[in-house]
Amino acid sequence: MGGPHRPFPTTRHSLIVSAASAGTMAREALDDVVAVYWKPAYKHVRIQWRRSNEEAKDLVQGFFTALIEQQILAGFDPSKARFRTYLKGCLDHFVMKQDERANRLKRGGGAIAICDFEAAEREIAGTPSVEDVFLREWQRQMFALALEDLRAYCETIGKTLQYAIFAAYDLAEAERPSYAELAAQHGVPVTNVTNYLAWARRELRRMVLLRLSSVTSGDSECMAEQRVLFGK
Amino acid sequence: MSYLPDRALDHLRDVAEAPDFSATRYRVEEEIGRGGMGTVYRAWDTQLERRVALKVLNAADRVNQEAILLAQLEHPGIAPIYDAGTLPDGRAYCAMRLIQGRRLDEFLRDEPALPARLRLFQKICEAVAFAHNRGVIHCDLKPQNIMVGEFGEVFVVDWGVARTEDSAPALSAGTPPYMAPEQSGAGAQTVDTRADIFALGQILRELMPDPPPRPLAAIARKASAADPRDRFSSAQQLAADVGRFLDGLPVSSYRDTMPERLARFCRQNQVLLLLLGAYLAVKLSLYFLAPALK
Repeated sequence: MGGPHRPFPTTRHSLIVSAASAGTMAREALDDVVAVYWKPAYKHVRIQWRRSNEEAKDLVQGFFTALIEQQILAGFDPSKARFRTYLKGCLDHFVMKQDERANRLKRGGGAIAICDFEAAEREIAGTPSVEDVFLREWQRQMFALALEDLRAYCETIGKTLQYAIFAAYDLAEAERPSYAELAAQHGVPVTNVTNYLAWARRELRRMVLLRLSSVTSGDSECMAEQRVLFGK
Repeated sequence: MSYLPDRALDHLRDVAEAPDFSATRYRVEEEIGRGGMGTVYRAWDTQLERRVALKVLNAADRVNQEAILLAQLEHPGIAPIYDAGTLPDGRAYCAMRLIQGRRLDEFLRDEPALPARLRLFQKICEAVAFAHNRGVIHCDLKPQNIMVGEFGEVFVVDWGVARTEDSAPALSAGTPPYMAPEQSGAGAQTVDTRADIFALGQILRELMPDPPPRPLAAIARKASAADPRDRFSSAQQLAADVGRFLDGLPVSSYRDTMPERLARFCRQNQVLLLLLGAYLAVKLSLYFLAPALK
């Protein structure tokens, strides 16, 4: 139970730092950034900038394309701002500079293809008006991606039962089942249910931190962002 | 990827953050503080049947360092450490004495009298001086990191960014405005115990009434001078100067004006001056009354 001891996720801060110093992003770093930030960016443009869904799509795709093609990240200084703050500032600047007749920017690259704008649009319909959509969506996206990672990890190492119990309890949309109900449903002792939950939550935290490390510039920023991600 | 509703997101944020102490002797009761380096919980030690403060940090090496440093600092003004370990998810924790009291900034809201405040300040200086004598610099002294117990006892807490004089400096450790100028940027290389003296000077400012007595203001000014060479060289010296002010004596940081010296002389020699006055009054009375009596 518990699996191998993994105190901390392997850091991937270097990807962001090297991207900043080079001005352009490595493909690996870009994939991580787009995966985490496309939805917060899209909802931010839709709600804060009050752009239509089509305009927001173009702007967000244009923004991430510019990240690849232009030297946007050259100005990122980890000692002055968090990567999330910097990226949001860049996005705002990018949107400000675009007028409604802006040319549709060239779409391309596998990274952009992962953006499911229609799904994001459906989510906006149910989103209450919040002050900082970008921050909330960033939190949501980090956890959503970590959940995907956790599910894939559980399948890989043969712990689908652990994930099923975790999903049934921690992702319950209505009332949470009791431990006894889950134990009876899956034919395991109640103590196993609590152990499986504890294990899955630890792994989820690890997955979140792994994702976080790929979009932060170093330990200091990562710790500061942890407080935002987990803090109340 | 399915949409994560707000309720599920908030729950996941909670459970991913909650430390798993199930394999330890501690049972977490509630979160009592959250700071830059980690989270503090009130917990029950099932083995020794007492309440403790459990500090969970995100950086494993830092909490181990804090635990090791704290273990060297046995002083009535420093909360003792009981235990340290690592959680299954890799986060490090340490169990410390649970201080029953209030933070200094909360305590000051009751506006205790200046002498009481200054005596409290002296106790803070004593705890800091003890740490300095053992080569430990706190690096983040501020009212929020000082607890005042039910009986006026003082505890300097949160040694999370503390370091020894010979260890590598942590860049930008500290909290403005208590952070000495040399603690930020390239100057961090030169940080020594005088960085804590700067913070003590800033804390002293918050203890003073408005307007402050001049000698006391001078002490605070000297303690938190921009150039470390202009500050008190030790926390004991700072405490001693505050003590001299409390006793009505001249302080090293301030040169009295002539009227102030005269006023101090009068305060310190009240009895002598009264006796002298009485003697002179009798003498004068006799001088004027003597011819009439003849």
